[in-house]
Amino acid sequence: MSASKTDHTFDSFGDSSASATRVTPGNALRPEDIAIQQEKPGELVAQYALRLGDDALILAQRLSHWISRGPELEEDIALGNIALDQLGHARSFLSYAALAWDKTEDDLAYFREEEDFRSLHIFEQPNGDFGVTVMRQLITSIYQHLLYTALLDSSDETIAAISAKAVKEIDYHRDHAIAWTLRLGLGTEESASRMRHALDILWPYVGEIFEDEELHAQLGDVGVAPSSLHAAWEEEFTSVLKDAELELPTVPFAMARGRRGEHSEHLGFILAEMQVLARKHPGATW
Amino acid sequence: MAAQQKGSGSLSAVLSPEEQAGQDRFEQIIADDSRIEPRDWMPEAYRKTLTRQMSQHAHSEIIGMQPEANWITRAPSLKRKAILMAKVQDEAGHGLYLYSGTETLGTPRDVLNDQLMEGKAKYSSIFNYPARSWADMGAIGWLVDGAAIANQVPLCRASFGPYGRAMVRICKEESFHQRQGFEILLELANGTEAQKKMAQDAVNRFYAPSLMMFGPPDSDSPNSSQSTAWKIKRFSNDELRQRFVGMIAEQVKVLGLTLPDPELRFDEKSGTWIHMDLDWVEFKAVIAGAGPCNAQRLQRRRDAHNEGAWVREAAAAYAAKMARKTEVA
Amino acid sequence: MTETQGTWPLWEVFVRSSRGLSHVHAGSLHAPDSEMALRNARDLYTRRNEGISLWVVASTDIIASDPDAKGMYFESPQGKDYRHATYYVKSEGVKHL
Repeated sequence: MSASKTDHTFDSFGDSSASATRVTPGNALRPEDIAIQQEKPGELVAQYALRLGDDALILAQRLSHWISRGPELEEDIALGNIALDQLGHARSFLSYAALAWDKTEDDLAYFREEEDFRSLHIFEQPNGDFGVTVMRQLITSIYQHLLYTALLDSSDETIAAISAKAVKEIDYHRDHAIAWTLRLGLGTEESASRMRHALDILWPYVGEIFEDEELHAQLGDVGVAPSSLHAAWEEEFTSVLKDAELELPTVPFAMARGRRGEHSEHLGFILAEMQVLARKHPGATW
Repeated sequence: MAAQQKGSGSLSAVLSPEEQAGQDRFEQIIADDSRIEPRDWMPEAYRKTLTRQMSQHAHSEIIGMQPEANWITRAPSLKRKAILMAKVQDEAGHGLYLYSGTETLGTPRDVLNDQLMEGKAKYSSIFNYPARSWADMGAIGWLVDGAAIANQVPLCRASFGPYGRAMVRICKEESFHQRQGFEILLELANGTEAQKKMAQDAVNRFYAPSLMMFGPPDSDSPNSSQSTAWKIKRFSNDELRQRFVGMIAEQVKVLGLTLPDPELRFDEKSGTWIHMDLDWVEFKAVIAGAGPCNAQRLQRRRDAHNEGAWVREAAAAYAAKMARKTEVA
Repeated sequence: MTETQGTWPLWEVFVRSSRGLSHVHAGSLHAPDSEMALRNARDLYTRRNEGISLWVVASTDIIASDPDAKGMYFESPQGKDYRHATYYVKSEGVKHL
């Protein structure tokens, strides 16, 4: 992979030395590189990558709906960046998983049935108002940040490499979510009440995030047992809530079993929309 | 500041000595092909023209997000989904670069956004047509962005500094927009029968509206000559349209598709492209609000604005609280 | 600042594209406070690796010279050729000078 050259097409107009308009794609691990790499994951590693990929894909799909609907244009762009990051992580993990089954990222995204998806319920929850989206981001970004940080030490090189790219991006997502939680929690009476509501309706899906599966034990040093992240997550999450003058809800955790393919009623609609065009033209390239 | 903004239209009878000096300097800067900067004295009509043109352009970027955002969740591959998301997001960015320019002329974005939501502001009429199929993502990129780029490249040299600088940035970013659209169509044109049909149908629907993006014929373009004299506009509507038709007439051959224009040919004698008559009655009706999607597009803008009100208020209230805290401490 | 309720103030954004170069003015944006302004600047003005460092300044905090005072401010250096090496012609051709 080589860094592409700076685009000089418009240098004759305006001030070509104006460094603020210099653009480069930069160097980073891309899903396209993973799709053609030689090392294929074993079945267990592929199953693990599938889980991480599905979480990110469903979240990207949800967040992308905000573009052109944000509370301010600047926020359209911020949420767009976050959605693009998540989509990038999804593509990397799915491309890697797909290698195990001689498939592609698109085979996995567009031609699996609902029960074959392994995403957690929290990622499937509707965007709601901006407060619900911020709260979902707060819950998931703190979790993903801990997860990818731990996965930097994964014994699987590809998982570690994808995590290394992802963790920096998630760091920003977390920062964004915390900044907004503070502003909405402490802003006005209305915003605080909306945040309390958001917390109440999302809290039931927090429990599932930290449930271990047999797979995690079988994976050994490749993966991370979600339960091992719970204490750190709770500490960080409650400290943000405290700063925002919000309290942990008392509602119980739901029996959510997305990792087994048992999803909320939302996923069917998400997939119907996401897959409709690809499925109408099986075998087509785009 | 107030003294600078008062300025004068070209027709007002007597200029104060101060204004006369400003006017002379303004004209000298234009004659020297240099750039007017925000705090310079400028004729009120110049300020108004630029505010109108830049804000219309900004509104077009913002409304233009909608037909494409419509397909992000249904994009047929993850790669296309990422590209489309980045592109629609860029359009929000381009809108902001342009609003940033109008701010320097003294009109805040809020005021312009209100005008848009109240249906008082104009924007590119093409975005009032629906994006009905995936191939429309290709046709919008190739034809609509292509026409936009043909319009915008000369604007990089517009006499108003902030406008030119915004356009340089926008043109750099848009070069990928047109290419990704062309490649969508190329894939479709080389795909299954159904895909090819989808591609041709999209080109058929977007061809004439994209030609109309350059505005009415020169014979019927009221603002053009003054804009040219001020070096905001560097080429006439018809000149730019000619250049664009010439380009796409060649590019369509690479796609293996056709343009829906039986009259299209290059006339050696006059050295110009002859194309079919464009329906300017429909054009004006769509601008006036009667397009298939005008109501929907504006309502979506209003909804986003209204539903975001509590968020903007909360953030402003938080900022005020923090500022008070710092003062006390 | 006399902002109406819920209206966010304007911020100017400066981007340093790489080490060794100055921050350059890139444009403006709206944000409720300086922290969000910095984040918005990151999202709006560095989507293509344009920068490694950002400054944001409240637009109202920028003090600008008056273009009408151009003569008084900026024309004095004209004619002071002796501030430039090219003024000194007799030493032309002397090496390493």
